[in-house]
Amino acid sequence: MKTEIAIIGAGPAGLAAAVAAYDAGVKDLLLLERDAAPGGILQQCIHNGFGLHRYGEELTGPEYAARDVAEVRKRNIPILTETMVLSVAPDRTVTAMNRQNGIFTVEAKAIVLAMGCRERPRGALNIPGDRPSGIYTAGTAQRFVNIQGVLPGKEIVILGSGDIGLIMARRMTLEGAHVHAVCELMPYSGGLNRNIVQCLRDFDIPLLLSHTVSRVHGNGRLTGVSVAEVDENRRVKPETERYIPCDTLLLSCGLLPENELSKGAGVPLDPVTGGASVNERRETAIPGVFACGNVLHVHDLVDFVSEEAHLAGESAAKWVLSGAAGHAERSIPVRAGGKVRYTVPQRIDSPETPVRLFFRVGSVADNAVLTVKSGQTVLAAKKKRRMTPGEMESFELSPAVLCAAFDAGEPLTVSVN
Amino acid sequence: MNSYQVAVIGAGVVGSLVARELTKYDLSVALIEAREDVATGSTAANSSIVHGGFDPEPGTLKASLNVKGTAMMPALAAELGVSYRNNGSLVIAFSAEEMETVRALYARGRTNGVPADSLSVLGQAELRKLEPNVSDDAVGALRCASAGIVCPYGLAIAAAGNAADNGASLYLSAPVTAIAKRDGKFLVTAGPHMIQADYLVNCAGLYADRVARLIGDDSFTLRPRKGEYLLFDKSEGELTGHTMFQVPTTAGKGVLVTPTVDGNLLIGPTSVFSDDREDKSTSADGLAFVRETAGKSVKGLNFRQVITSFSGLRAVPDGEEKDFIIRFSERDGHFLHCAGIESPGLSASPAIAVYVADLLRDAGLPMRPNPRFDPCRRSDHWFRRLSAAEKNEVIRKDPRYGRVVCRCETVTEGEIVEAIHRAPQATTLDALKRRLRSGMGRCQGGFCTPLLVELLAKETGKAPTELCKGAPGSLLLAGTLKKGAEQA
Ligand SMILES: Cc1cc2nc3c(=O)[nH]c(=O)nc-3n(C[C@H](O)[C@H](O)[C@H](O)COP(=O)(O)OP(=O)(O)OC[C@H]3O[C@@H](n4cnc5c(N)ncnc54)[C@H](O)[C@@H]3O)c2cc1C
Ligand SMILES: Cc1cc2nc3c(=O)[nH]c(=O)nc-3n(C[C@H](O)[C@H](O)[C@H](O)COP(=O)(O)OP(=O)(O)OC[C@H]3O[C@@H](n4cnc5c(N)ncnc54)[C@H](O)[C@@H]3O)c2cc1C
Repeated sequence: MKTEIAIIGAGPAGLAAAVAAYDAGVKDLLLLERDAAPGGILQQCIHNGFGLHRYGEELTGPEYAARDVAEVRKRNIPILTETMVLSVAPDRTVTAMNRQNGIFTVEAKAIVLAMGCRERPRGALNIPGDRPSGIYTAGTAQRFVNIQGVLPGKEIVILGSGDIGLIMARRMTLEGAHVHAVCELMPYSGGLNRNIVQCLRDFDIPLLLSHTVSRVHGNGRLTGVSVAEVDENRRVKPETERYIPCDTLLLSCGLLPENELSKGAGVPLDPVTGGASVNERRETAIPGVFACGNVLHVHDLVDFVSEEAHLAGESAAKWVLSGAAGHAERSIPVRAGGKVRYTVPQRIDSPETPVRLFFRVGSVADNAVLTVKSGQTVLAAKKKRRMTPGEMESFELSPAVLCAAFDAGEPLTVSVN
Repeated sequence: MNSYQVAVIGAGVVGSLVARELTKYDLSVALIEAREDVATGSTAANSSIVHGGFDPEPGTLKASLNVKGTAMMPALAAELGVSYRNNGSLVIAFSAEEMETVRALYARGRTNGVPADSLSVLGQAELRKLEPNVSDDAVGALRCASAGIVCPYGLAIAAAGNAADNGASLYLSAPVTAIAKRDGKFLVTAGPHMIQADYLVNCAGLYADRVARLIGDDSFTLRPRKGEYLLFDKSEGELTGHTMFQVPTTAGKGVLVTPTVDGNLLIGPTSVFSDDREDKSTSADGLAFVRETAGKSVKGLNFRQVITSFSGLRAVPDGEEKDFIIRFSERDGHFLHCAGIESPGLSASPAIAVYVADLLRDAGLPMRPNPRFDPCRRSDHWFRRLSAAEKNEVIRKDPRYGRVVCRCETVTEGEIVEAIHRAPQATTLDALKRRLRSGMGRCQGGFCTPLLVELLAKETGKAPTELCKGAPGSLLLAGTLKKGAEQA
């Protein structure tokens, strides 16, 4: 098979990238999706809260995805579902497998990586104790409940206050389960404030900050967990340990971009985001390979995923239409400083158009001052009352700022103090 | 009632290989396992090392069966489609004094019959060339080229399956709780089954002493000794090539650092007596000890890449017994113990099986060769080893092999369905995991668990709410949703 642009993953990122690439003039596209239907993780997010920025309304996940799927179908862009992409070669050959075609390859001029992310599992968290059943990531529980119509458990403790965990706290409560507590290792929540209010406070579910699950108990099914406070170094304070009987532990301890394919293709990754390192057009270090959505960095709102994917899709199309032109002559790296953990993009290849920088802080910053520096020179600054690790921030760099940076030829540093 | 010439109690690696060995002869054989699957005892959680054989006390069964078993392992693993790698081992010394121990181990290895060309004493420079990530403090090592690594539960599963393919009857979920003797034959109560047998082989692992007591034999007692481990992502799997031991000191045996046959990195184990034969928990202290001690052998352990921790229980004889207990019971000359099989039991297991068959023959069991015996079994996780063209051929005949269910380990629906139906049949998530690695990869089942539950329910005809993770009582789900509660 051959195609102009192969898009891997038909979640909101892949779908939006396909539409944007089509509208920018590339009609020969192919979406590859391992699931039975397009829509990505949104298919199991049956709660409201999607699309506020993009559409000005509150949609459910499936409703939001349906709009993108409709746009893709309108343009007759093919989606191969139940098709697992097995590898991507640096020459942009994609190898995939499905029931109809067996193993096959797709030669593409450009590739958009849109594989989303996965949840951090228990093992990576290393909780000591037994190995009973009843320990799931929040997303797995969400799939059980919302897609398969089964209840993973009745007496619940949640570890981690990521958004999925918060949403599952509410969901399980509405299904008649009892959520005893949400424990968060850090002194602040990793989730959106809106979810803490709507999913925990409205249901009187306690959020225990600076707490962790120190041990799991149970030989068959989970019978309980030990919960304890942690000190500043996130070490358990043994004297605070207490036992909560429960049959289910849900883990919502963060998401990891799903980049095994990218690594196989030789795409350099940013160790902080776990996603590819990209320029302002979301092009990775391999020419013609673009990335967007949760595979690039974990987003909290799908609206920004769609926006980013639009940019990546359009850029991929331009790249194909311009005859697959090579690399930028000059490029300015963007570095994270102060409380800023990472930025996307990680480099800027052209000063001509405004660039919106996305970033997260590593700890809560009150009365925060954001500065953009080229070497020692401050090019731009902005104040914000509060920035938290749970919310992605952004800042637009104007062509004037970018030109100054390119003239200076030094890396840009974005910091929050 | 079903009647057999030999019934083997316990389907760990030892019982499974014993049963398989016996199907080489024209015998009726039963393999009786308490749990819902084979290989859930010590065999499920250990270091997976095929030891060279230089460690056991000379003159013991441990020494002779280790050396023989290790020599048999490569061919056996190939027949049974089990992952095995001859990666070699190193015993690392950190001082001149420890180098003395290294030399003593070399001499003991020679006494035990470890092939001379397999053993060598390395100096610091040679060691570093061989293993660039070895600690800067290491001064030398004993290298044993014949040592290797094997998938322990894979070996037991394949052996039990191959035994069944060759005619043995496999009883799962059949705990032996009573043994009577009538008309010269054993009457064994095994869960819902009554089984008759001329000979019994007690391979009940940690419970072998309890099974012995069922015939009034209290000649030995076992005590569980726990070992805790940390397993790293495959990204760390090449930190070392060899299995790295530390020189045993008065302070302890140290811990090992080893690649696994699946390409992960494993460190551990601790060694602590426990009073609970079912306690497979890990502890913060134990894991901290493993982290710290393993760090002495190699540089660059990246603890952020740890994907899971687990523990296993050794069946250690109490008191005077220091060797494997492989002998007929003094209470009954037709009751053969195969007990106290702690390390190097996995390495020795192929030779233990042959030794047991020899003992039975000597005891008078008629053993004519079974002309229909087929030593080979295809691996459960066979599809990934095919070429692309072969895969396409398989998918054309059965499209289920074209659907990937576990994405981290690339396990297809076809393989899962097959593992659910072939002997020994997988009926739980853990059973599938041991056969196919489904849910064992980076995401630890986050993505495939719901899909596996669907497939298990469909293929076994059970409701999803009846399915277990592994052990009885480890139900996966608490119920189905209330009707009409579709929004949240
Ligand atoms: C449980 C949950 C709750 C959320 N709640 C909200 C919310 O309330 N409001 C909000 O705005 N946002 C929410 N989000 C965030 C939002 O859903 C995500 O940001 C968005 O879905 C990310 O889109 P994506 O396309 O990058 O990834 P995904 O939606 O994960 O899509 C990636 C797709 O790629 C496919 N894929 C991956 N690898 C391969 C491969 N090798 N071969 C073929 N296909 C592949 C996957 O099957 C998947 O369909 C939530 C996210 C989660 C996980
Ligand atoms: C921490 C640790 C590390 C080790 N490392 C190594 C190593 O690196 N190399 C090596 O060679 N060896 C090693 N060993 C030793 C090796 O794991 C064992 O020797 C081997 O697994 C023993 O197998 P088994 O079949 O005797 O016992 P098990 O695997 O325990 O099997 C016994 C079986 O009997 C069943 N059973 C019990 N009671 C009954 C009953 N009443 N009725 C029916 N069935 C019953 C159990 O359910 C179980 O399945 C290690 C062991 C441990 C624990």
